[in-house]
Amino acid sequence: MTDQTPALRLEGIVKTFPGVRALDDVSFAVMPGEVHALMGENGAGKSTLMKVLGGIHQPDEGRIFIDEEATVMTSPIQAKARGVVFIHQELSLADELSVAENIFLGELPRKTLGRVDWAALYARTDDILGKLNVGFNARTRVGELSIANQQMVEIARALTVDPRAVIFDEPTASLTDAEKVVLFDVIADLKARGVGIVYISHRMEEIFKITDRISVLRDGQYRGTLNTSETDEDEVTQLMIGRSLDLSRNHAHAELGEVAIEVRGLSCGKVYRDISFSVRRGEVVGFYGLVGAGRTEIAETIFGLRDPDAGAIYLDGKEVRIASPIDAIRHGISLVPEDRKGQGLVLGMNCRDNMTLPQVDDMTSSVFVSERAELSIFDHYKDKLDIRTPGWRQTVGNLSGGNQQKIVIGKWLSMNPKLLIVDEPTRGIDVGSKAEIHNLIRDLATQGYAVIVISSEMPEVLHLADRVVAMHQGRIVREFTAEEVTEDSLIQAISGIGGNGAAQADVTAQDAGCSRPH
Amino acid sequence: MAELTKSGVAGVLARQGILIAFVIFMVGFAIANQRFIAVDNVFGVIRSSAILGVMALGVTFVVIGGNLDLSVGSMMSFSTIVVLDLHDKLGPALAIPAMFALTLLLGAFIGFLVGYLKLNSLIVTLGMLSAIHGLTLTWSGGKNMDIADKSGTWFGFFGQGSVMGIPMPILMFAGLAAVLGIVLARTPFGRKVYAVGGNGTAATFSGVPRARVVFTTYLLSAFCVATAGLMQASRSMGSQNTVGQGMELEVLAAVILGGASLLGGSGTIFKTVIGVLILGFIQNGLLLVGLEFYVQYVVTWTIIILAVWLDIAAKRGRLWSPIA
Repeated sequence: MTDQTPALRLEGIVKTFPGVRALDDVSFAVMPGEVHALMGENGAGKSTLMKVLGGIHQPDEGRIFIDEEATVMTSPIQAKARGVVFIHQELSLADELSVAENIFLGELPRKTLGRVDWAALYARTDDILGKLNVGFNARTRVGELSIANQQMVEIARALTVDPRAVIFDEPTASLTDAEKVVLFDVIADLKARGVGIVYISHRMEEIFKITDRISVLRDGQYRGTLNTSETDEDEVTQLMIGRSLDLSRNHAHAELGEVAIEVRGLSCGKVYRDISFSVRRGEVVGFYGLVGAGRTEIAETIFGLRDPDAGAIYLDGKEVRIASPIDAIRHGISLVPEDRKGQGLVLGMNCRDNMTLPQVDDMTSSVFVSERAELSIFDHYKDKLDIRTPGWRQTVGNLSGGNQQKIVIGKWLSMNPKLLIVDEPTRGIDVGSKAEIHNLIRDLATQGYAVIVISSEMPEVLHLADRVVAMHQGRIVREFTAEEVTEDSLIQAISGIGGNGAAQADVTAQDAGCSRPH
Repeated sequence: MAELTKSGVAGVLARQGILIAFVIFMVGFAIANQRFIAVDNVFGVIRSSAILGVMALGVTFVVIGGNLDLSVGSMMSFSTIVVLDLHDKLGPALAIPAMFALTLLLGAFIGFLVGYLKLNSLIVTLGMLSAIHGLTLTWSGGKNMDIADKSGTWFGFFGQGSVMGIPMPILMFAGLAAVLGIVLARTPFGRKVYAVGGNGTAATFSGVPRARVVFTTYLLSAFCVATAGLMQASRSMGSQNTVGQGMELEVLAAVILGGASLLGGSGTIFKTVIGVLILGFIQNGLLLVGLEFYVQYVVTWTIIILAVWLDIAAKRGRLWSPIA
């Protein structure tokens, strides 16, 4: 691939916004048949660079070449016509339309009088789907497909033109391991056909598995390109954040205190069954399992968002009934939810107001909200968590993912909880912020908080937890101490291999038997 | 399409677009007709906007909370008819609290349906628009309602009286705007309204009682409607059953013109007051310029739509956007 001309090349791209030099002389090239990773912390400029490439932003300086031909991009549609196609993390499909209609949306084949040529539409779609080797057809309604298959539809959409370069933006964010394999096959196929691929992801494992080269951005500047086969995670990380990280497993146990929460025989329809566990003060308990194993639903139950059919929850040894988040908060439980933007934050609200929302009733002097009381909380956690924002007035939606997550964490820490539950605490967050959040969670345990960490990332669970609870299809299959847990044993447990045969019951998280009433 | 930057002039425009449009608009009309900015004309406009304005204050809470209220027009007719009828039966001192209680009951019913049963507010309040109109006609038997002895009652004070030379409708509008402005901006309840409208799920996850907050916004809206009904009844001492008909859209226009988002989570009482005044001054200005009455509708709504477009364009940073 070295003696070819690049499929796509960016040269000296500069883009400034008022007060920010978002891209500062960035150049990089993707060869045909190459998978080229683009990495950088949140806010490093990856999104801006892609927006420039897609014609959403015009660069102040610099040029874009496709097959060494200078091109001006004016819109994503025009970029696609030039052979540059984007597969976004957030899907943009019409659920009620068929796969074929989605793929050819806006360019449906026509017959006379503007009638849609359905036969041609389905034939062309099945032709494209054939290349992707998928288990659905042109007539399937998109709303019936899994997220992974919907992503395949997006990819199929890209193949309606003969692409020169395909940009994947965090494509595996919502995929299971099996679905990832299918995606990687498709990428390998595109690669074999000589398409240049830009692969944006925070996940090191994937980057090292499928990419040929890695280009790194930091603070809007190009920091270099590495051959994947000649580098390692440390070097990439160092390039991304300008220092190295200590990601070693942390077994520095805190002094364990009293049992903060005990759950006995908790069941919720077909979502989870017979859940019993306890967490002590100063302890981090990790919940690991596949998506849909029932972990989030247990957290929702403890936080009063979901009513269990059976079982009991004890806090400090006393049975409690938690019927709403208001009850949970009163009992000293905090939940950092899984979906930061959907459940954690009011994106249009400022940083301070988001952080103090759960306790705004207590922020009053007489009947009015006391700005001073609110600011003292905000300033305290801004310093403690190193939240980077121009000021408390900043709208939360404008912050990077890592800083948004820190606002959510600050919000719940400021409640001084007895029990802190964090669900996927570092999803979609860059490595630097991730390490900070990990350190923070460990620190909290040392300070005597009881912490439950739910995560789908094994390294995260292994790194953080003093004990790991493995779940499979709504049941706890095994509990490991930090000393005895290994990657293999954990994978076996959560896939239902060996271990506890009871897990094979008719428990599937899809058909929820107990509702989420709130 | 040139991209506008968020700093400097354009940034100010984006934040204060409506206010600036208002000033330009006032200057323009003032040049066209000197009479426009005469003190008595300005007072006249504010006075005639006061009823609409009071209703818009309540609807502002509902809209920021992420819902709509299309029932306020017919609810205002209801309040007016009821208070006029009860005036002669019970006397003003009992008629006024009774009318407030009945109107608040309607608000509570809507708040229950939208807040606790989580029904779509558009459907509920559209239905209530008709249902309440029916209720009003049933109450009055379809006849106009008049106070028999117009000179022998103090009831006219709220619509016709004045304190220290300032007409009561203006005082009530200003007073209610000040109180509700503070409630919205400075109390925990106000904060919760923004949270519920901005992201109801996140609000629930933060322990905000979403249903109760929505319920309360409709109670507040009904309280404002009752106040408006009192002002209307007191001013005219008699009324048709359809006195508030169509006002729901003007109210909504004023709130949106002020810059509240129909999606919820943004807006302020101050902006709504500006929206109400713009609407009032447009209508007055066109009248003074001598535009034919029917044409005024067309021009008024053209200006409203234009203003909303420019406001959104300033926020987006461009006049046209391929995505919403």
